[in-house]
Amino acid sequence: MTTAPAPTAPVLATPAGPSALGFGRLLRAEWTKIRSVRSTLWSLFAFVVVAVGFSVLIAAVISHDWNAPGNHPNHARLLTDPTAVIYGAGFGLGQLAICVLGVMVITTEYTTGAIRASLLAVPKRIPMLAAKAVVWAGLDLVVSAITVFAVFFLSTSILRSHVDVTLSQPGVLRATLGGILYLVVLGLFALAIGGLIRHTAAAILIVIGVVIVVPPLVSLIPGTIANHVHGYLPTIAGQLVAQTAQQPGDVLSPWQGFGVFCAWTAVLLFGCGWLLVRRDA
Amino acid sequence: MAEAPGLIEARELTKRFGDTVAVDHLSFSVEPGRVTGFLGPNGAGKSTTMRLICGLDRPQSGTATIGGLTYAQLPRPLHTVGALLESRALHPGRSARNHLLFLAETQGFPARRVDEVLELVGLTAVARKRVGGFSLGMTQRLGIAAAMLGDPFVLLLDEPVNGLDPEGIRWVRTLMRQLATEGRTVFVSSHLMNEMAVTADHLIVIGRGRLIAESSTDDFIKRASERSVLVRTPQADRLAKLITAAGGVIEPEAAAPGNGGGTSVADGLIVTGLEAPRIGELAASESIVLYELTPRLASLEEAFMELTADSVEYGDHASRAARGAEPDAGSTQPAERSAR
Repeated sequence: MTTAPAPTAPVLATPAGPSALGFGRLLRAEWTKIRSVRSTLWSLFAFVVVAVGFSVLIAAVISHDWNAPGNHPNHARLLTDPTAVIYGAGFGLGQLAICVLGVMVITTEYTTGAIRASLLAVPKRIPMLAAKAVVWAGLDLVVSAITVFAVFFLSTSILRSHVDVTLSQPGVLRATLGGILYLVVLGLFALAIGGLIRHTAAAILIVIGVVIVVPPLVSLIPGTIANHVHGYLPTIAGQLVAQTAQQPGDVLSPWQGFGVFCAWTAVLLFGCGWLLVRRDA
Repeated sequence: MAEAPGLIEARELTKRFGDTVAVDHLSFSVEPGRVTGFLGPNGAGKSTTMRLICGLDRPQSGTATIGGLTYAQLPRPLHTVGALLESRALHPGRSARNHLLFLAETQGFPARRVDEVLELVGLTAVARKRVGGFSLGMTQRLGIAAAMLGDPFVLLLDEPVNGLDPEGIRWVRTLMRQLATEGRTVFVSSHLMNEMAVTADHLIVIGRGRLIAESSTDDFIKRASERSVLVRTPQADRLAKLITAAGGVIEPEAAAPGNGGGTSVADGLIVTGLEAPRIGELAASESIVLYELTPRLASLEEAFMELTADSVEYGDHASRAARGAEPDAGSTQPAERSAR
């Protein structure tokens, strides 16, 4: 510790400018927050590595085993719904990193106590949550777009000798953009649950449970009602938009499914904001 | 706004956590231009009260305003109020500079101001280090830097000297005195009577969430170091005259409780300025019957002692405070954590 200087007279003149807290300032502050902690970098790094790595691996294995006996179901799916095959494996696992970061963007504020500093600066609270959601969604959008397109072009080039998949084919561009949108909304879905639970481990457990544990359990229940429940689960509905073509058993169209996922997320975000202004920080 | 911009007013503030009443119909005001000490034992509700003033906690009833506005109504909160509430209100993975930078950005303060406050608290050399590795004293300095960021005219400091070395304690005291001299409101909590005796001009004393006393520090020390005598007699009026004539003072507000049975067979008087033997002699000289003659500590001190009974170091605080003795640095204790 250096020698403490003698207190000096205050040096900040009354700040000029409008008195209201501009939303742009809050966006800048949230950007500073999100870029200045290491969990952001590590989570996004994990997302890119897992998504690209697994996708390329799967494409390489499919290509290598193209003529192996018993591989025909894969070929059929690749022809009718190429994006489900291309994105399925890598993003199925990689999306968990988005879930974790989405949760941590808000829960670390609570677990570290930084939320109190944040709310002293932005006591109306909702603008802070909105700025946080916008900045996180923006970062998620940029990283997801780069990763999804990288996976698309890497995987299609590996598979080109067997099957030609291009963005101009029906449904492929929509599914690719849909995959990006799905990852953005998934990030907000995780953020909302993090804001409701305010505890990192518990919130991550819940998000991962909803994303990968609950759907197969629900699908075990026989009957058409269970089939509809399964179809309306947040991520099951949300992932429809990343499919090239409707599959038998889908209860919603791609955009309907995406709308259902957005509705889940909107309700949770609304609840998150509702509690944020009512709970003690 | 009609009120002075730096005036803090709490009106009937009440905060419960479950069944625990942390703050109980607490009303007080904190004036600009002086250091107001917020004194009470650990768990008295000081931190909760400060959090209520800052809008972090919501009271069940009552209001807290700064210059007539609630915290949430302040147009640019960090320019009005600088608060050091908890030393660890920051992300350990973030650098000191980035912690202050995001706070500055919310208010539209230039990044230059961040470097200025880091210089002010002597953390320039570690500005880009992650705060997780900071000592308690460095974290406390960073908290003070955050409080000073907006050059506010109200400062709320919850146990600011906690964890600081003697030099740091002196520095904080000097800073608080200077800020008050500049006309700002300085509201500083402590559970140490001695610390407040040397720092504060005015004291607000609470215990178990309730107001115990609100007075100037000088008056508080004077009262706390005075002894009083409880006298119970059926001829209270006659004795009161004798006592007054002999230079004693009957405490007006402190009506002594009745006898155990509840029937008021004898009125109690609380007398200051005369020792018990002298009062006994006065009564004997006029053949006044005394039922009880008990030397006792002043009511204020008694209340404070009772509330601080389980906290150490208070054995002789009144006499030390009266001498203006400075507490040694080792007497600072870990800051209280708000009741949750």
